[in-house]
Amino acid sequence: MKAGVVRFPGSNCDRDCLHVLSDVMGADARFLWHKDHDLKGLDLVVLPGGFSYGDYLRCGAIAKFSPIMSEVMEFADKGGLVVGICNGFQVLTESGLLPGALIRNKGLKFICKYVNLRVDNADTRFTTEYKQSQVLTVPIAHGEGCYMVDDATWAEMLQYNQIVFRYCSPDGEVSELYNPNGARDNVAGIVNKAGNVLGMMPHPERCAEDLMQNKDGYGLFASVKNFLG
Amino acid sequence: MNIKVFVSLREGVLDPQGQAIREALNRTGYSNVNDVRVNKVFEISVSGSKDSIKADVEKFSKELLANPIIETFRIEWGE
Repeated sequence: MKAGVVRFPGSNCDRDCLHVLSDVMGADARFLWHKDHDLKGLDLVVLPGGFSYGDYLRCGAIAKFSPIMSEVMEFADKGGLVVGICNGFQVLTESGLLPGALIRNKGLKFICKYVNLRVDNADTRFTTEYKQSQVLTVPIAHGEGCYMVDDATWAEMLQYNQIVFRYCSPDGEVSELYNPNGARDNVAGIVNKAGNVLGMMPHPERCAEDLMQNKDGYGLFASVKNFLG
Repeated sequence: MNIKVFVSLREGVLDPQGQAIREALNRTGYSNVNDVRVNKVFEISVSGSKDSIKADVEKFSKELLANPIIETFRIEWGE
């Protein structure tokens, strides 16, 4: 697995992602600078969390015009695997690589805590190591994670099984009670129609090894590794 | 010329910031304030006549200043 982690000015989860990819998964992983024009033959690109360009204008809005993003868009169009975590998810929706938008949390607060996620689609390139409806515990840390999308696009997303993770109770019950940010139908993570681009607000890279006492995020990276062979 | 681009949240898009401001106004005695929506105004100076810049301004408003999924925009042309 040859992976690249994009660093935008203001990215701050880039080292965590690189650490998990190289030290935990044993991947050949490297950083990509936002001004780079070359993906150097990678087969996975990770857009990490943080506050790219200071979150000015809208989260992820400025990042989409980075030189590296035109490469990432071309890479994604050709079927390359892209994972956007937190701010990376916001960059993916702003770039149009994923449908919908992420707006201010319903309660206005920045939320940093563990949440439960239900795996609603264990048949993606990012989730085969999980069981369908498995409940994971993964941390979130965001102020703008309220996922919203228009009804027509939403219907299409359901049809193509694009909802991958939903916020839920410890038993896997999905209801407003377990929705931390007001996201439509508790959406925490989605894939594009082609299934090669994943965006999620929770941080699997923060819980992917024994040292962290929670390894629920490991399966995501392991699924990608298995897919890439 | 100087232009203003007004970017507004689409109807139906949740605006928790506006709600918090409305609640603060209601609490401070302005009980007749029924709704607040927080929007943005961009004051921009561009070289060229309206005819020559119109297409560009509309394009960058749509591609950068506003996110058409959640927002609409209106351009006010100045001097």
